[in-house]
Amino acid sequence: MISVRNVSKFFSRIQAVEDVSLEIGAGEFFSLLGASGSGKTTLLRMIAGFESVSAGKILIDGQEMQDTPPHLRPINMVFQNYAIFPHLNVHDNIAYGLQRKGLSKTEQNRMVGEMLEMIALPGYGARKASQLSGGQMQRVALARALILKPKVLLLDEPLGALDKQLRELMQLELRDLQRRLGITFVLVTHDQEEALTLSDRVAVLSRGQVIQVDSPSRLYDHPRTREVAAFVGTMNFFDARVSIQAGQRMADIAGLGRHALNGAAQGRNDGEKVLIAIRPEGLVLSQTPPETGGPNVTGRLRARQYLGGRQMLHVEVEGRAAPVVIAMQAYRGDDPWAGKEGQPVSVSWRADAMSLLDAD
Amino acid sequence: MALYPGFYAPNRTLAFYAAAFTFILYLPILFIPIFSFNSGVYVKFPLEGFTFQWYVDLFSREPLKLAFWNSVKIAFTVSILSTIIAVPAALAIARYRMPGKAPAVSFMMLPLVLPGLIMGVALLSLLNRLGVTLSLVTVTIGHMVVCLPYAISVLLPRFIGFNRSLEEASADLGEPPLRTFWRVTLPCNYPGILACLLMTFTISFDEYFMAFFLSGPKATLPMYIWGQLRFPSDFPSLLALSTLILMFSFSLIFVSLRLGRVEQALQTGAAK
Repeated sequence: MISVRNVSKFFSRIQAVEDVSLEIGAGEFFSLLGASGSGKTTLLRMIAGFESVSAGKILIDGQEMQDTPPHLRPINMVFQNYAIFPHLNVHDNIAYGLQRKGLSKTEQNRMVGEMLEMIALPGYGARKASQLSGGQMQRVALARALILKPKVLLLDEPLGALDKQLRELMQLELRDLQRRLGITFVLVTHDQEEALTLSDRVAVLSRGQVIQVDSPSRLYDHPRTREVAAFVGTMNFFDARVSIQAGQRMADIAGLGRHALNGAAQGRNDGEKVLIAIRPEGLVLSQTPPETGGPNVTGRLRARQYLGGRQMLHVEVEGRAAPVVIAMQAYRGDDPWAGKEGQPVSVSWRADAMSLLDAD
Repeated sequence: MALYPGFYAPNRTLAFYAAAFTFILYLPILFIPIFSFNSGVYVKFPLEGFTFQWYVDLFSREPLKLAFWNSVKIAFTVSILSTIIAVPAALAIARYRMPGKAPAVSFMMLPLVLPGLIMGVALLSLLNRLGVTLSLVTVTIGHMVVCLPYAISVLLPRFIGFNRSLEEASADLGEPPLRTFWRVTLPCNYPGILACLLMTFTISFDEYFMAFFLSGPKATLPMYIWGQLRFPSDFPSLLALSTLILMFSFSLIFVSLRLGRVEQALQTGAAK
């Protein structure tokens, strides 16, 4: 549906987007994830037509778009601060784009009514923009764009201005809406949780480049670089060196000891320096080493970080400066780890919890 | 009882200073309405008696009526024309990156600080050279020269503060640039544009130097006032006239201050 081919963007001498190529499929919920300054918004604005393309091509539905002004592109956008027209009421905001379509007033009113129904704001037509809450403005912005039946809906940090509870609710609604309508959604966000919750696929951007495009679960479990791993959730990184013993690839991992590697280590050379990444959820904490064996290491519990539903336990291990972070369920009442700070503990994991990355 | 009144407690010294400042600022202006109701011809205390005579007197002066309507006509034309010219200029300055923009803008603002006398002489010699007959039209041209920098300086900060994503939204919803200007930019910036109209109207209405140099046989109101100052017996009537002009100007300023409040909501686009 959208092809971004070798697109670059320069603002005078600064390169905001560097040779980005992406293929976004029809009906896909696609996210551009990155920190501020990563180029994600610039990329979206180039797709919308608000920024010119310095080099490369953007195709929408097979048509080259880089020289088409925004008002002629078959896409619509939900803006970061919604950009609800302050001088128009809700009805006129939603009907704004219909005026050029040559529809009768009754037809327009019917369509607006349907949209108000869809966004669960029936009877809000006469309200002024200033009387709407953040969540309501967000819905009006959605309706205003969707009433034109675009092939692609672009969303620029649409939930950034909402509080946490409302944001989670709107995430579900967005996902639901996208499934129902089958329109391609392209979302820009800096919130990794949002990107993982909503998207079919996520492109992670950093310094103007796409560093990985994958499904949320692949991205989380198999980040390709340290940057992606660190950006998406919490991650423990270990310096390691590969060695090959009788055809079996092993790794000397700083702080964890020597352990066998699984298939992910294919193609790694003897003596190669790598980075091993393990999610806090991939580690298990126990008082004594597990009887079933498997990779484990002994350390000392240093701190507990209570997060409500779960807790993060920080364990000091020998040969590593930073503590290893382990995610565990938070217990109600008698927490076995309460007051255990300073005690020796055992950390164990499964071989496939380890991701192998290039050393930086 | 806390001895420290708090960081944001009212400060009496400052409050007194502010009151004194305002009083001294308005003291000379205060004399105008007071003496316009005084039955004596001379501006001196004690006041003699209360009268509306000077106001009534204004209505019997035909030249004054003519001068007044001349001024209104000129101010009306000047305010509309200079606003129409200034809106696209201010939009362009607010929006686009152009080489040499900063010096160009400073250059546009220069007439603000040029003495009116010099501007008047300069325009007079230019128009003479071109062989243009002096009339109310030439006064209008002169006033436009005076008003345009003011118009730009009123509009520019408002256009810079205008949330452009509203225009982007309009384009995104399929409206070409001119329609976007008509449907979004104008209605969202009407307070600023109205303020510009009011401002240029008052400036033109009060302007003396350009009118002095560039008018033909017909006089404007400030020229009439200046001419009548020679006759002491007319002075109380001039005070009455000045009082009316004062009230008019104050109400215009009041309106434009009110407009400022409407403006903020319209400009930011209801984002919270």
